Amino acid sequence: MKKSVFFGSLVMAGLVAGVAGASTLDDVKARGELICGVNPGLTGFAAPDANGNYQGFDVAVCKAVAAAVLGDPMKVKYVPLTGETRFTGLASGEVDMLSRNSTWTFSRDTELALEFVAVNYYDGQGFMVNKNLGVSSAKELDGATVCIQTGTTTELNLADYFKANNMEYTPVNVADDSEGQQKFLAGACDAYTTDASGLAASRATMPNADEIVILPEIISKEPLGPAVRQGDDNWGDVVRWSFYALVAAEEYGVTKANLEEVAATTKNPEIRRLLGLEGDMGAKIGLDDEFAKRAILAVGNYGEVFEANIGTSTSIGLARGLNAQWTQGGLMYAPPFR
Amino acid sequence: MSNTSFVRKDMLPPAPPPVSQTGAVKWLRENLFAGPLNSALTVLGFGFAIWLIQAATPWLLHSVWVADSQNECRAIVQERWGPDATGACWAIIRARWHQFLFGFYPIDEYWRLFVTFAGLLLAILPVLATSLPRKLLWGSVLYPLVAFWLLWGGSVWGPILTLAGFALWAGVFLALQVRLGVVVAAGVGLVAASVFWIYAVEPIETGLQSVLPLALPEVDSDQFGGFLLALVIGVTAIVISLPLGILLALGRQSDMLIVKSLSVGFIEFIRGVPLITLLFTASLLLQYFLPSDTKFDLILRVVILVTFFSAAYIAEVIRGGLAALPRGQYEAADALGLDYWQAQRLIIMPQALKISIPGIVSTFIGLFKDTTLVAFVGLMDPLKGISTAVRADIAWKGIYWEPYIFVAVIFFIFNFSMSRYSMYLERKLKRDHR
Amino acid sequence: MTLASDPPKEGFRLSMLIYDTRFRSITIQVVVLLLFLAGLFWLLNNAYVNLEAKGKDFNFSFLWSRAGYDIAQTLIPYTNDDTHMRALVEGLLNTLLVSILGCALATVVGTVVGVLRLSHNWLVARLMTIYVETFRNIPLLLWILLMGTILAETRPSPRDFRVTDAMREAGQAPEASMWLFDTIAVTNRGTSVAAPVFSNSLGSVVLPGNIPVSLNALALIFVMAASFYGWRLLMRRAKAVQEATGVRPTTWWQSTLILLGPVSAVSVALGLHLEYPTITRFDFEGGFQMLHSFTALLIALTVYTSAFIAEIVRAGIMAISRGQTEAAYALGLRPSRTMNLVILPQALRVIVPPLISQFLNLTKNSSLAIAVSYMDLRGTLGGITLNQTGRELECMLLMMLIYLTISLVISSVMNLYNKSIKLKER
Repeated sequence: MKKSVFFGSLVMAGLVAGVAGASTLDDVKARGELICGVNPGLTGFAAPDANGNYQGFDVAVCKAVAAAVLGDPMKVKYVPLTGETRFTGLASGEVDMLSRNSTWTFSRDTELALEFVAVNYYDGQGFMVNKNLGVSSAKELDGATVCIQTGTTTELNLADYFKANNMEYTPVNVADDSEGQQKFLAGACDAYTTDASGLAASRATMPNADEIVILPEIISKEPLGPAVRQGDDNWGDVVRWSFYALVAAEEYGVTKANLEEVAATTKNPEIRRLLGLEGDMGAKIGLDDEFAKRAILAVGNYGEVFEANIGTSTSIGLARGLNAQWTQGGLMYAPPFR
Repeated sequence: MSNTSFVRKDMLPPAPPPVSQTGAVKWLRENLFAGPLNSALTVLGFGFAIWLIQAATPWLLHSVWVADSQNECRAIVQERWGPDATGACWAIIRARWHQFLFGFYPIDEYWRLFVTFAGLLLAILPVLATSLPRKLLWGSVLYPLVAFWLLWGGSVWGPILTLAGFALWAGVFLALQVRLGVVVAAGVGLVAASVFWIYAVEPIETGLQSVLPLALPEVDSDQFGGFLLALVIGVTAIVISLPLGILLALGRQSDMLIVKSLSVGFIEFIRGVPLITLLFTASLLLQYFLPSDTKFDLILRVVILVTFFSAAYIAEVIRGGLAALPRGQYEAADALGLDYWQAQRLIIMPQALKISIPGIVSTFIGLFKDTTLVAFVGLMDPLKGISTAVRADIAWKGIYWEPYIFVAVIFFIFNFSMSRYSMYLERKLKRDHR
Repeated sequence: MTLASDPPKEGFRLSMLIYDTRFRSITIQVVVLLLFLAGLFWLLNNAYVNLEAKGKDFNFSFLWSRAGYDIAQTLIPYTNDDTHMRALVEGLLNTLLVSILGCALATVVGTVVGVLRLSHNWLVARLMTIYVETFRNIPLLLWILLMGTILAETRPSPRDFRVTDAMREAGQAPEASMWLFDTIAVTNRGTSVAAPVFSNSLGSVVLPGNIPVSLNALALIFVMAASFYGWRLLMRRAKAVQEATGVRPTTWWQSTLILLGPVSAVSVALGLHLEYPTITRFDFEGGFQMLHSFTALLIALTVYTSAFIAEIVRAGIMAISRGQTEAAYALGLRPSRTMNLVILPQALRVIVPPLISQFLNLTKNSSLAIAVSYMDLRGTLGGITLNQTGRELECMLLMMLIYLTISLVISSVMNLYNKSIKLKER
């Protein structure tokens, strides 16, 4: 909003109309900045560094979209949203898109008027326990105290799982991942349950990582993905295809480093369309043809993003698993650029 | 007859008082061991103090100031003081102090914060110290606009034109006041100023900016955090809520039934619900009640709601001040033939406000402490927001005591000095009324 | 100057609405009312339009659908098959529980600290000053977080209490042990206290809303009430005898018998005994279980509010002039009677109004339960229910209404009390 009407707006709060055009894409272009809702702090996925710059796997999606739309991955304003304020933040237009490890579910897609445009991480809910508890399966957790992040789907999954297995538990609600880890490490709960990726990330950074085990049961499907407001299909397309460009790039072996080289040499029409050398893919979603190229150049392809933020080379050390390319037995499958 | 006299002629030199009645022993007896209960309390208190010191000292003594991560801290402590030693890792404060204090404000622009803060102290001075010339108060009145420009940056013409709006308001008010009365004139002035702010400021600002570009780099409000955010929210809310609170207090005492019941309704509603529900209102509900194309940033919405909150409390403080004035003051004003607003301006308010200053200061202390609650709507307050963000960094995962202590100490220094000042003021004011 | 004579009679002109001070106030009120109504209409209209645009409606029927989530500590039975309404009630009860206990504890602690701060004992007075200044100058949120962390980090985990067979053979003591003859166990996640239970049950009645009430407890309470009533009768008779004859009959053994006899008889008959918490596979079971989220919140609310109450108490006592005490002594009153009959009644008049506003604050501050995830009203209705149903408008409005009601009830009680202790002036 315009600074000069600060005082006027305090006086006549409602009359200050911001510039809101018909479509989010126009808004973002006019503003010259993408507003992206992220997690206030989840190691590997989104967290501000010492300079206040957000880094992480979810943040990379924001950067890719900014690069595709505005040509500059740095033109993003990150708005940290808590588990409780995230969907309202998106619905109210406070953010243009949400990239905040949010699970795609039926009711969120319909009742909350969100549109999940893709899945950037296939996850599932797991349990983490201390080895000396002598538990090797989640089925043995009857009577345990379980730490659980509030405001998430995991809360309901947990209740369902224990009910289905006729077990009892005491929930300890925590507000965020960092609190959950603190409680778990202090022994305030026997088990900590959240998305398996989060568990792995937490475990990796714990001082006594060898004493912690992640139980084999995965009790839910948690497809995490970026979301936009319902009813702005064009903007949804922009976010969706900016993300799929990264996935497709990995499939075709296009990396941040070799992009220019591939662009100069490739004969593959699919790659040529992806990089905007052929066809007019960009124009169809209101961008120029090189949007995908810029997105890839900004953050690298999906595999690179994964490796840089949460992959095996980082201290979080997640394996690709379900998130490998479909060609490698995973679920990452970009629809054709055609 | 003997001349032996049994009457002592020269006095004995005074004997020193018994050991138990002098010096340290006397002091101890009187102040620490005056009776069995007292002695027991002393022993208990002493034991507690020793226990506290004993528990905290090794941890504080084993402080590490230079390290890059918590694990490094642990390693250093164990290397220096043995494998079982625990120690404070102040390195996190060293590495992230600027975020605790200023959030993500650009480092190159820190000078603006220092200038703003120094300006704040200067601007408060004439308000608090009555011995300074009254003309300096105009500086205090102008300060918010200067601070606003310094903090958020942007063109200098924005604040100047905002000021022009206020001048317009005052001009319209002065011109119409005699004919239409205070309330109507103020209302017309407000409408005129608002029209000016909403429709005229932007084009004029653009024009002036192109002629004479004077601007600071803009800083977005989402880069505010830490104590900067707490101060911005607290000070803005208290400054804006002062006039609002005065109006509400007057409204509550008014003879006009509708005005009175609206004021009472507002005050009691705000005071009846927890601040956290108001903050959630700012973050979740406000969007329902405003046109769908309205976009406020969250900090602004929070400031508005916190302002309402403090206005209700300030109104009650000022009502207390009004109630403390002797009836004779009102009657004297009436006898002089002053009308309502003249009486308020010249007789009632100067006294009532003076009595209320301690109450206003404690409201501010309360508000300043309450700004930590904004963490629950996703803002970066120093206590929870910044701490959580810092702890999300792998290097500082699981570090709790040090940030808490750091933040607690700063809050304590701020609030303790303010509360001492307000107590001093209370004593001083009491003397004036004796 | 004009002479004070009747102003010339004028007919009513429209412009008098603005220029004439007699009518101006009416004009202003009408304008204010119109503006208020217009604003209200504008807000409601916006809400209507926005809800329409989002395809949402405004109704509370979601309160009767299945909640699906669990609540750790509840006062009345609750499962995840219960409705959101039930969860709301659980949250409200939890809020009331922590508020009432907090008010009681804070009053006790605050009074002690306030009195001790006036003590002539140098050390104690200084320590109490430090107590007051520390707790009231640092945000409550920090105390809540800190108490939560202290309880979780410094207490042993439940498994440290366990005595394994191997340890028993080796004659080893467990790393941690329970307190007070094994009745209290404080682990890093909660406090377990031995609870009285009955071995012979009379059954229970289920109140509407699925709230079971044990008949044993009812019976015990009834017997207690009856004994107390009997004791009052006895005392009254003794007093009558004393007033008639001047000799007070010996009643202590009768009192003891009446007060304790029936209660012990019923307790034995029902098989009242203590159920000790025992360590099971994961945690202590049996007895009362109190989670640390509750304890931390309670302690933090207590110490924070008690610092303010201490100041109120101190101010109240200091407000009573020294002359009152001296006058009472001059009349021959003993110090205890001076305190009870002269000082306290006057000090209370100064203390009670701000004290009750502290109670109000404490109740509102209990909504900071969010920091330790204690499931109070904000945690259930304004937290999980809001999140899972996405009905922020309904949930938030309902929550504000409930808090407002609580506040209004407390302040109307305060007003009644204020009226009753007001100085009766002629």
